[in-house]
Amino acid sequence: MSTRTLVSPAALARPRGRAVYWTVFTAVVVLFAIAFLFPVYWMVTGAMKSPDEVARTPPTLAPKEWHLSGYGDAWDLMQLPQHLWNTVVQAAGAWLFQLVFCTAAAYALSKLKPAFGKVILGGILATLMVPAQALVVPKYLTVADLPLIHTSLLNDPLAIWLPAVANAFNLYLLKRFFDQIPRDVLEAAEIDGAGRLRTLWSIVLPMSRPVLGVVSIFALVAVWQDFLWPLMVFSDTGKQPISVALVQLSQNIQLTVLIAAMVIASIPMVALFLVFQRHIIAGISAGSTKG
Amino acid sequence: MTKTAARPPAEAIAVHPAQAPPPAGGRGRRRLADQVGAYGFLLGGLICFALFSWYPAIRAVVIAFQKYTPGSSPEWVGTANFTRVLHDPEFTAAWRNTLTFTLLALLIGFAIPFLLALVLNELRHAKAFFRVVVYLPVMIPPVVSALLWKWFYDPGAGLANEALRFLHLPTSNWSNGAHTALISLVIVATWANMGGTVLIYLAALQSIPGELYEAAELDGASLLQRVRHVTIPQTRFVILMLMLLQIIATMQVFTEPFVITGGGPENATVTVLYLIYKYAFLYNDFGGACALSVMLLVLLGAFSALYLRLTRSGEDAI
Repeated sequence: MSTRTLVSPAALARPRGRAVYWTVFTAVVVLFAIAFLFPVYWMVTGAMKSPDEVARTPPTLAPKEWHLSGYGDAWDLMQLPQHLWNTVVQAAGAWLFQLVFCTAAAYALSKLKPAFGKVILGGILATLMVPAQALVVPKYLTVADLPLIHTSLLNDPLAIWLPAVANAFNLYLLKRFFDQIPRDVLEAAEIDGAGRLRTLWSIVLPMSRPVLGVVSIFALVAVWQDFLWPLMVFSDTGKQPISVALVQLSQNIQLTVLIAAMVIASIPMVALFLVFQRHIIAGISAGSTKG
Repeated sequence: MTKTAARPPAEAIAVHPAQAPPPAGGRGRRRLADQVGAYGFLLGGLICFALFSWYPAIRAVVIAFQKYTPGSSPEWVGTANFTRVLHDPEFTAAWRNTLTFTLLALLIGFAIPFLLALVLNELRHAKAFFRVVVYLPVMIPPVVSALLWKWFYDPGAGLANEALRFLHLPTSNWSNGAHTALISLVIVATWANMGGTVLIYLAALQSIPGELYEAAELDGASLLQRVRHVTIPQTRFVILMLMLLQIIATMQVFTEPFVITGGGPENATVTVLYLIYKYAFLYNDFGGACALSVMLLVLLGAFSALYLRLTRSGEDAI
């Protein structure tokens, strides 16, 4: 993997080159530590300081006494278990709905040749041009009073799950992957007597594990990180996900407790990232070369 | 029994397509069954796109010309919503702030990840570590990043002023000062989002053929000349694509101003999306909110169209 880059290997091999290299390397390590790791450290330890200490100037680098009560208070006072559970339900449902409906639709568009398939795909891709956030208000009005059946999905996790399916990016990702599966593989399954659902389930899906992984991560992260849409949709405090609850409760709560809650809210996504870092980073990097 | 007897060929062919050349009627039925099946797979997705993407887009345009209150029937008001919104002093502030934010984010939030990727690509050690660390802030929920930086910008015990004092520099009002608030938010957005840009640009840098650098070096090109004449032209397409994506994203900024400054001080950080939110949920003026949405939509739609055009032509070129 050692391809030639901007600086030639010969220049790096010289003593002067090596000195410059290690200086730059150290500088980048220090920069990264200060810029990206230190804020996280500050958050995690800030939650363990006493309320007096966290407000002290100049601040202390590490807590004088380590209090774990900040985390306990956040857990109880801010009803974190409930808000975390709400977020989990919303994210898991959005993931499941997206996997089922986006996969089925992508499979149909890629392999089943529906009439007007090109028009439908065009309509789906056109939504990529319409920035999601610019449409939140009419989308909110639609969710508040669904056409024809006149039902409101406000304060219902369906308000997260159903709109999540309308994700042109993930659908297109799946369709492009399915396009690469050769026709004769599917035809062989058909000759063996497999129906379309059976072909999708036992041939297409097992072959599509990498893209399903990427779509799953995108789906989960999108719901966990979203703020504006759940802020609009969940006015009922008991139904709010963690992101909305944090902001709503941040006004009148002790700083150390709030910081502890912020740490707790970050743990699931950071853990997901650390576990799947290689896949996530490879997925993002691959996105660029495909354009 | 009589049914099968009446049309034996069609039934037989529907079950065993390979046995005989199908007559036209059977094939049509088969095709219809295929279509029904295909639409069965499409249905869930189609309904969701229709309800939550296509319909709201049309509705935004319709409501922009209506007086709309949930529960009562809407009235047509012509362009009254647009004139009202255009005369709102916050309107000018919101657009000025959004455009300034986008421009600053492009200058700061684009130059830094670009340079960082350039340097990271030269480092031969701890590659995985750098990639994980730079992407870490992206995985922290945006609300948490915003609250974290709000605490850093705190005029009392905030870390930002503490750092300035440590460096013997004059302290700043950061997000609480009318002149510094917007740039403070740009810093937050850059910190939180640059990981993606760095990773994508790094991948692009790795696709540059090494021979180009070798040839340039043989021709006596210095380091900066190599960046200027090899690196930038070779990644021109990715740079353009990332820029457009970032413009589209930063024009829709909401979380940072909502959480950190609440649009203040003195409307210094009200953005277009924030104003849309205010019209809908504070003033209960959905017509005005949709008029604003349509304006934002047209502008961002133009950028998106450009982006899609570029990625298409880029694909053809590769």
